[in-house]
This record gives sequence, C-alpha cells and structure tokens, in this order.
Amino acid sequence: MNDNAHNPMQTRLAELAENLIERFADLGCEVDQAHAEVTLVAPPGKLLEVATALRDEDDFLFEELIDVCGVDYSAYGMTEWQTRSAPNSGFGRGVDRSKELEFDEEKRFAAVYHLLSVSNNQRLRVRAYVNTERPIVPSVIGIWRVADWFEREAFDLYGILFDGHPDLRRILTDYGFIGHPFRKDFPLIGHVEMRYDPEQARVIYEPVSSVEPRTLVPRVARDDNRYAREESQQQAAEDASDA
Amino acid sequence: MPEIRNYTLNFGPQHPAAHGVLRLVLELDGEVIERADPHIGLLHRATEKLAESKPYNQSIPYMDRLDYVSMMCNEHGYVRAIEKLIGIEAPIRAQYIRTLYDEITRILNHLMWLGAHALDIGAMTVFLYAFREREDLMDCYEAVSGARMHAAYYRPGGVYRDLPEQMPQYQASQWVTGRDVTQRNEARQGSLLDFIEDFTERFPALVDEYETLLTDNRIWKQRTVGIGVVSPERAMQLGFTGPMIRGSGIPWDLRKKQSYAAYDQVEFDIPVGVNGDCYDRYLVRIEELRQSNRIIRQCIDWLRANPGPVMVDDYKVAAPQRADMKGDMESLIHHFKLFTEGYCPPAGEVYAAVEAPKGEFGCYIISDGTNKPYRLKIRAPGFAHLAAMDELVKGHMLADVVAVIGTMDVVFGEIDR
Repeated sequence: MNDNAHNPMQTRLAELAENLIERFADLGCEVDQAHAEVTLVAPPGKLLEVATALRDEDDFLFEELIDVCGVDYSAYGMTEWQTRSAPNSGFGRGVDRSKELEFDEEKRFAAVYHLLSVSNNQRLRVRAYVNTERPIVPSVIGIWRVADWFEREAFDLYGILFDGHPDLRRILTDYGFIGHPFRKDFPLIGHVEMRYDPEQARVIYEPVSSVEPRTLVPRVARDDNRYAREESQQQAAEDASDA
Repeated sequence: MPEIRNYTLNFGPQHPAAHGVLRLVLELDGEVIERADPHIGLLHRATEKLAESKPYNQSIPYMDRLDYVSMMCNEHGYVRAIEKLIGIEAPIRAQYIRTLYDEITRILNHLMWLGAHALDIGAMTVFLYAFREREDLMDCYEAVSGARMHAAYYRPGGVYRDLPEQMPQYQASQWVTGRDVTQRNEARQGSLLDFIEDFTERFPALVDEYETLLTDNRIWKQRTVGIGVVSPERAMQLGFTGPMIRGSGIPWDLRKKQSYAAYDQVEFDIPVGVNGDCYDRYLVRIEELRQSNRIIRQCIDWLRANPGPVMVDDYKVAAPQRADMKGDMESLIHHFKLFTEGYCPPAGEVYAAVEAPKGEFGCYIISDGTNKPYRLKIRAPGFAHLAAMDELVKGHMLADVVAVIGTMDVVFGEIDR
C-alpha cells in the first residue's frame, strides 16, 4: 500500500538526492539512496555548515531533528558460524569468542542524525564517521535544541564526544559507571555486578560472577538468492541507463 | 533583610507523580523553579544491545516492554522497519487489524494518561472511570493474543493470527454469581468484533463523562491553562511529536502525512491546539479519543466484510501452518530454520516510524546481512519530550512541575529503554 516504484514519493526522494548532491558535493559529502530513504554522509569537520544549511535553506527546511544515535561499526559483518563452505574438521557447534575486532581507524564510530522536514514532509539521514583515536564531532545543539539529550546518550553509550555541548554528562547508565556499554567490545553481561553486602552493610560492586556469556542463536550470514536477484536486476538497470 | 538562598529539591525517583522512576533535581527560588535537571536511566535495560544479540523476531516482545501502556504501537514500529528492510508487505486484512489495534492502543494509552494526569493534579474520579474502560480494551488484547498487555501480536509479514470468532466469557465464582455474571457476559456473546463494536457504541458517552468532570472544571483549568506553554517554533526545535506538537498548533500526524497500515483508507480528523499549554494538549488528546473511536468503527465494518489472510505466504519470514508441518517436509524444515536461526535480511539500513499515542516512535535498524540486527536504535517520543522539561517548567511554581510531567505523558520504559 505504501511503497510502489515510480510513485510521487520516489520522484520527490530523487529530487531531494539531486539537490543534496548539487549543494553539498563540494563539501565532500556523499549521497546514498536505498529503501526509499536518502542518506547524506558528511565529513565531521563540515557537519555544522551542512546542518545549518539543511535547516535553513528552502530546498531542505529540516526544522526538526528526530534522533541522534551512535553506531560502532567495528564488528560489522562478523559472524559466529561458517555457513558458506563446510570446514575440513566438520561443523563446530561452539561460538568462538576470541575473535579480534577489525576496523578502519577513521570509520569505527559514526553519529547518525535523522532529520524531518515538517513543511516539506520529508526525511533525511545524515551520517558523520568519527575517528577512533579522537572521537569528536561538533555538537548540533545550537541548530536543534533537542540534540542535547540525544548527544549525551551517544556519549554515554559509545564515548563519542560532542564538541560544544554545554553539559556532556552520562545520561542512561548509573552514577559512576565506567566504560561505554554499547561498544562492540563491551560484553553483554557487563564488567561489574552489584549486590548488597551484609557485612559491610552497603551496596558493593564486584566483577561479574553470577552469569556467564552465552549465545542461544549464533550470528550467521546466509546468501539469500532473492536479494541477490534484486541486486543483479538493479545492476542491470544501472548498466542499461549508463549505456 | 533576611538572606534568601536558593533551595535544591530532590523529586523522586520514588514519587507517585513522577510516573515511574524519574529523579528530578529542582533548584528553587522560594516556590519558583529556577532549573530542573531530570536524571533518567533508572529503568535502563539496554534493550537495543539485547536486540543485537537475538534474531529479529525474538525482540518483538521487548517492544511491548518499552512504552508499556502502548504496547502494540511499539511493535508496529519495529515490525514495519523489518518489513521495509526485507521488502515484504503485510496482507490488507493484517493492515486493517493493525490499524484497529493501534487505535485500541491509543485509547488505552490516552485513558491511562488522562487518569494519571487528573489524579496528579487533584481529581480522583477520572482515574477510576478510565480504568473501567481500560479493562474492556485489555480484554480485546487478551482475546487476540492471550496476554492483557505484552501481546507480541504483530509479526513481520502480518499479525500472529486472525481475530477470534468467540469472546471468552466470565464464569460464576465465589465472588461473582447469578445476574452479575449474565450482565458481564452480555456483550461477549458474539465475536471479538461484536465486542469491540459494543464498546465503540458506549465509548463516546463515556468520553463526555470524563469531560463533564474536567473540561469546564474550575480547578482543572486553574492547574492547566497557561502552564507549560510551547510555541510552534519551539515545539519543532525541541523535537516534539504527537499530541505535544499538535497542542502547539502544528497539524503534524504521521497517520495522515506519511500514511502506513490502512490509515489512508479510513476517515479521521487531526485535532490541534491553539495556545500550546497543558489545557490545549488535554483537549487534543480528548478529541483523539473520539477520533480513534471513529477509526475503530470503520475498521470493524471493513474487517467484517473482507475475510482473507493475515500473514504473508512466505515461509522465509512467517511460520508455516502447523497442519502442513505434519506431512510436508519442506514446511517442517522452514519452521525449524525460522525458529532456530531466523532470517537474514539484506545488508542496509532503514528507519520506520509510526504515530504512537505519545508521538513518533521510530526504529532505526542497521543490518549487516546476518540474522540479528547489527544496530537497533529506538527513537522514543518521551525521550525528546522529557528533555524539554527544564525549558517548560522554568519560572513556574513547584506544583506545576507535576502538571507538566503529566502533560508530557512520560513512561520510563521507553525513555530509559
């Protein structure tokens, strides 16, 4: 009922994508269109300039910032079971936890902004990749006030620093929490657990001992021929348009 | 002249008007608020991180527990994001059922809000009235999913099952006997749709009842008119959605503007406020109750006339019929793979949002082509609303803090996630 190809929505998206390329290509931005959504990848250094233009210029008018979130790309595509070929030793049922994360220093983290234009009834996603050593992006709080808590959350969970944020405190985790729990190298069971110690008559923290990490369903990737067909069709369509 | 110092007050986390576990640190000048600093996260369960460790379908029950007074709307947001990612669409009957249940959920949520908000600022009766009607709606939840609250009824590709032809009935017990039982079962003689229809016939008069208690009530108006005023410009700056932005006069409703499910097939109006204060937001929500009732009636008519499948016929995402599994090897394998491993959507990212009763509830999913989401970000409306707390209460009296918390309709399940 909603997404038909070549409906007015699609043409408007294509229009938006074109406008974005025209306006921001010089600043080193890239535009991507998939699933009836447009994504603009902006270099963190130009983020403020891009965001201001997106809010104020008539082609865009994204008055509302819907969401800011952090992403950690360091385990992207990593699976726990081999599915493509059978290994010589037979299939192992266990899940190997010793795998090292592999990532590109420049692109481990990203801050993702979801924008909404009330006047043009359009959405846009803006992504800024963040350097691993110095995970700093400028804060957009001066452009959209609502960024305040969203940025605090991304800082809390991923350790991304927002330059210019007036009050970058932790928000969701406990007072005195150590680490950034949504990073892929932070274990699901956590590092410490809390209990009441009757001898000391206070609440104490100690290393996790009551639970062990377990995986009920391993992470697997399977080549699905349905999507492969879609991709090859897209590829063919692109080739045809190029020719 | 005595020296007057600012006073810092700790409000909550265990305070009945804090709607759960909100800790507010208030800096007061006399009884006037200088600064409000909400401390959240006391109910943080890392839902998003947990979802990263589970196949897609196993996270649906977590969605119920986010905003635990508008359960199915949360499921709808999550399920829509998955459907967008794998490129499937639920059958039309499932779309209508979702519309029906989204609106039932909206009434459930608004009744809870109305009761709690009124109780917070001094009206006891509304709370009892609102819970009386919630009981019937929870029975609708139970009839269709087996659970009164945490339904897990929406699934990628449709809904778990079709609406039942029979409504469960009360039995005589030690406490309820004879005529009471007959009276309680009166509306339950027919199908679920008959039961809901009976409710929709009674409901407008019941909304009038709430309104007689509040709308022209002098005390109610004194507590809400001119409190927490938000201009349309500020509402957009502060990321407001749902009744909060409509209360400020912006007719923004995803059901109309970025229509989904069967909302483009039903008629309804979007109420908007004028002044952007607590009273206008109250009026908006009351009118939404009536509009939801209207949508439900249209859905009932359509659902009666149009039987059909409620789940896509695609065994890669939806379980095969149990009867088929007994004799058909293919179905058995599909069932086994679906429940032990799940499905692998193509790599990519999507954002899908629904108009939940509190505002825009969105799910942002990044998939890396595996059977679990690589990243799931839940955009909860209450999070943005509560972030505006400081701006809304600045300059108001201490007692108005309670009115502002109430008007935001905060639920910590979704704010803390």
